[in-house]
Amino acid sequence: MASTDIDRGVRGLRDRKKHYSIFSLARQAGDYHQGWQQAWRHAEPKPEYDAVIIGGGGHGLATAYYLASVHNMTNIAVIEKGWLGGGNTGRNTTIIRSNYLWDESAAIYEHAMKLWEGLAQDLNFNIMFSQRGVLTIAHSEHELKEMSRRVHAIRLNGIDSDILSPDEIKKFVPIMNMDPAIRYPVMGGFLQKRGGTARHDAVAWGYARAADDMGVDIIQNCEVVGLRRQGRKITGIETTKGLIKTRKVGCVVAGHSSVLADMAGIRLPIASRPLQALVSEPIKPILDTVIMSNAVHMYISQSDKGEMVLGAGVDKYNSYAQRGSFPVPEHMLAAAVELFPVLSRLRMLRHWGGIVDTCPDASPILSRTDIEGLYFNCGWGTGGFKATPGSGHVFADLIANDRPNEIAVPYALNRFETGLLIDEHGAAGVAH
Amino acid sequence: MLEIKCPYCGPRDEEEFSCGGEAHIARPLSENSLSDKEFADYLFYRDNPRGVFLERWRHAAGCRRWFNVARDTLTHHILEIYPMGAKPVSKAGRAAYNANWRRDSQAEIAAQPASQKTNKTSSAKR
Repeated sequence: MASTDIDRGVRGLRDRKKHYSIFSLARQAGDYHQGWQQAWRHAEPKPEYDAVIIGGGGHGLATAYYLASVHNMTNIAVIEKGWLGGGNTGRNTTIIRSNYLWDESAAIYEHAMKLWEGLAQDLNFNIMFSQRGVLTIAHSEHELKEMSRRVHAIRLNGIDSDILSPDEIKKFVPIMNMDPAIRYPVMGGFLQKRGGTARHDAVAWGYARAADDMGVDIIQNCEVVGLRRQGRKITGIETTKGLIKTRKVGCVVAGHSSVLADMAGIRLPIASRPLQALVSEPIKPILDTVIMSNAVHMYISQSDKGEMVLGAGVDKYNSYAQRGSFPVPEHMLAAAVELFPVLSRLRMLRHWGGIVDTCPDASPILSRTDIEGLYFNCGWGTGGFKATPGSGHVFADLIANDRPNEIAVPYALNRFETGLLIDEHGAAGVAH
Repeated sequence: MLEIKCPYCGPRDEEEFSCGGEAHIARPLSENSLSDKEFADYLFYRDNPRGVFLERWRHAAGCRRWFNVARDTLTHHILEIYPMGAKPVSKAGRAAYNANWRRDSQAEIAAQPASQKTNKTSSAKR
């Protein structure tokens, strides 16, 4: 398990003028909000850095932030092919929870949860973290029994988790269809009260702003086209903005991990798959928690804007196209309408796909590689968002010290050779 | 959504099919001769190209037969459909087959029957 006293790396902003507060809001309001400063610089690459993070999503930016704040590595850069947080960080359904079955998973996801709980203060940025609870429902006797086993395992790891009866669910979520005659009746569920949601874009922006304040260069619209190495050592990266020398490269590129691994001449046990989500038109508040169902592959929450946010499982084929097939959202919506008949005439506004990096054991890879100075943080598959702060914190430690800490050890690449897999398929839910 | 032309039933919606992942992975016959690392290549490591991918599909809600597909993972365009046991014939399909790291892996070499091996010391069955 994670130690309880995490070095959160809180420094406060160097530039006090940038500090966000109720007073700065009032001051700016008096000036018609004309005086807000740029949250981060548009940096151009320097010829050399101590470390370069490839991928400017939540995990990459968190890694850079903790490298700077906890490990005092400020001569570093984040390289992003598109715009900041425009990949899976901006495409997920923002669910946060740490109720995983295995000890290794509990350690890293709970580590993340503890960081989430103070993140808005740490970053001086409102990430709209809302611990509204995550309720996973069961539709069969067997699923209910499996769930109670899981709940006890989770509680043994010191993570909150409660079984809810159908009556309790009815009280907790009045709009849910509890009719025992439906195709997949709700027979119970388990709730993590500390789970919830956060504003995904704000997480990327908050980390970017705080990292930039410590001197980290965030370079957008810059694609990595090759990795330079001398023998088995990394010496730099080739980008569309030229060569950048560095001896440490952290790859945090989710669905494109295999493409980068290919540039380095190494292999990863990853399959890139489309994961789809959609949001409805905004309506008045009707759902104040997150509902997940693994049996019917559906998860739903309501955003602060009032949109219903829905997601499903991955498509069945490999893809890099950032779109999936229609039957996946169709099945998910059928399940959503059965569970919440009130949604039946709701119109969907937007629908999209992201490319997720799925691993054979549905657990991530945080690892050194055969090449000195090349590190990978990938394989989060369909559930990376919830781990963002923990992933960045642990990965920064791995890069700075060139050795995995106790949380990262089980997530090394060699687990596919030793067979010590962390099999989370279905353990904490199909919808990770 | 994909429309896949089942070689036995004709064009059908993707919904009728299941995807079996990378094609042309042969089980090593003499697995005891392989190291854990080499066996992991067979068991867990899969090709994941951004471009032409050779994969297996099964017409699960139809004739239930397996076949191979060469498909571009960036455009979802299906280049070629060919039977199990055969190799791709299109130029792009052949290139994808030959470029795959698996062709040189110890696991694949150990999957060849002894009669086909150039190395005569092998004691593989049959």
